[in-house]
Amino acid sequence: MSVTSGTLERSAARPAAPAPPPGRRTRRAFTRRRALTIAAFLAPAAVFVAIFTYYPLLSGGVGAFRTWTVYNITNQPWVGFGNFETVLNDPLFYSTVGNTVLWVIGSLVPQFVIGFALALWLRPKFRFRGIYQALVFFPWAVSGFLIGILFRWMFNGEFGVVNDLLMKTGIIDTPLPWLADPALAMPAIILANVWYGVTFFAIMILAALQSVPDELYEAASLDGAGRVRAFWHVTVPYIRTTLALTVLLRTIWIFNFPDLIFGMTGGGPGGRTHIVTSYMIEITQQGDYGRASALGLIVFMVLAIFAVFYLLATRERKEALR
Amino acid sequence: MSTTAIARRTAHPNSTGTRTSRIVRFVALGAWLIFTLFPLYWIAVTAFKPRSDIYKFPLEYWPSTFSIENFVGLFEKANFGVYLVNSIVVATVAAILVTLISLLSGYIIARFEFRGKGAIIMAFLVTQMIPAFIALGPLYQLMVDLGLVNQRTGLVIVYIAMCIPFSTIMLRGFFENVPDALEEAAMIDGCSRLTALFRVLVPVMAPGIIAAFIFNFVSCWNELFLSVTLMTSDANKTVPTALNGFITSYNIDWGSMSAAAVLTVLPTMVLFAFASKYIVQGLTSGAVKG
Repeated sequence: MSVTSGTLERSAARPAAPAPPPGRRTRRAFTRRRALTIAAFLAPAAVFVAIFTYYPLLSGGVGAFRTWTVYNITNQPWVGFGNFETVLNDPLFYSTVGNTVLWVIGSLVPQFVIGFALALWLRPKFRFRGIYQALVFFPWAVSGFLIGILFRWMFNGEFGVVNDLLMKTGIIDTPLPWLADPALAMPAIILANVWYGVTFFAIMILAALQSVPDELYEAASLDGAGRVRAFWHVTVPYIRTTLALTVLLRTIWIFNFPDLIFGMTGGGPGGRTHIVTSYMIEITQQGDYGRASALGLIVFMVLAIFAVFYLLATRERKEALR
Repeated sequence: MSTTAIARRTAHPNSTGTRTSRIVRFVALGAWLIFTLFPLYWIAVTAFKPRSDIYKFPLEYWPSTFSIENFVGLFEKANFGVYLVNSIVVATVAAILVTLISLLSGYIIARFEFRGKGAIIMAFLVTQMIPAFIALGPLYQLMVDLGLVNQRTGLVIVYIAMCIPFSTIMLRGFFENVPDALEEAAMIDGCSRLTALFRVLVPVMAPGIIAAFIFNFVSCWNELFLSVTLMTSDANKTVPTALNGFITSYNIDWGSMSAAAVLTVLPTMVLFAFASKYIVQGLTSGAVKG
């Protein structure tokens, strides 16, 4: 339509020279225009993320070393490691660490196993596969907080459907107070998380399975391998990196998934089902930003270790693909 | 040798295998489907029971009397209409803006090589691993300083920042599937890069862009911690914030709660059903690609 160039080019436009001499000058103009384009296109994204994600993260990192509460927001004296001492002297902190390990491993292993099995079963085409995939995809549309609510109602000690089903099938005789007893509440929230997270593994692993070249299976067949051997000697080695990446990414996400616990138990009873991240949110809501930031910094360190592993693994995979 | 014999001997996982293994497969898939759908079924059943039937033994697995009193109560007793409008406005505006911004950034990352590109991708990836709520306190203070607390604008802004990284990575993947000859041709014809992007590339990538929009919309629609922190007055609450308010220490009105849950989940399920194919594509290409 309009032949005039857009705003980006106009800023770098010059009076049209009759056939510019080939060589350095035009190239420099070209690279400058290119740099301007890149900068202008990236600016909006960079500005938002810098101001509203990175700046709070950094000021939180600094605030971890100050007394900083919502009740006295203007007065923030330095306290050195005072906040960290408070965190480390808090007995509840250690139970949240234990819960976090349980929550991550207890969710991850069943998610991985069931997700892998689902992916293998979904691999061959069958008539309603598309519809099936859309249906088992549904948990994904539900927010973590709402998943917590759904399961909170199902595990209700008095009118919950879980107790009803268990009593109908004769597995228990009296209703169990699922969410009032920490020993029962932890498995319950982990079950809810498994319900939600299997889909992600199924999707990722299915995509990986479909990327294995057919020739490898043909070769394996010719060598007399059956399906089981082909699985261990062809499929698993081929998708190993994807599996490792998916597990790492998922570990990070589960660690950062206090939403579900927030909706299901609110960290209760008595803070005994908190994981580190949900506990941090509770402290934030109590208004002690300094202490929450100290806890946040500890979380950050742990996450950073995982993140480094993840990024190294992606790099390695890229090298392997080259 | 008949073909069935060959099929049975093949090592390819696409071969359906023996009859027994087929039966096992369908039983397992069926069991998982029931397990997946049951919680959603149960909340819907609860929502349509009259209040007296929710707390009644024996439990009804199908409502004996259907009633919409829980839904009516939501709009009469609670300001649920206001919360819905807030959520719709904030999620829609934020998702449109995020999608536009990520179109630009995703395009550059897909098409250009430049110094610092790796660092920018890394900075985006890191935000996917370090969640926003780690800095909830400092963010709240920043928003107070900017005068953006209890403002829809404020929530839109933080949601944009929250969604940009994943959205950029996802759209970058879609750009990489489109040959660059397309916009080159348009630019030779005298289009500027921006015009070429929106006139030529966007129509080609429409399904992927709509999927990215839906994904962003659902992320904002579902978000809880930022909205609980920034929207404290009743007139500004979003749906998840309101649901959080339904939880009091000892007593939850499960009639209202389940009705509200149904109204919250239904739109997202419909949207995801449309976009799931592309979200899967975006995930498998984008999330696993560094």
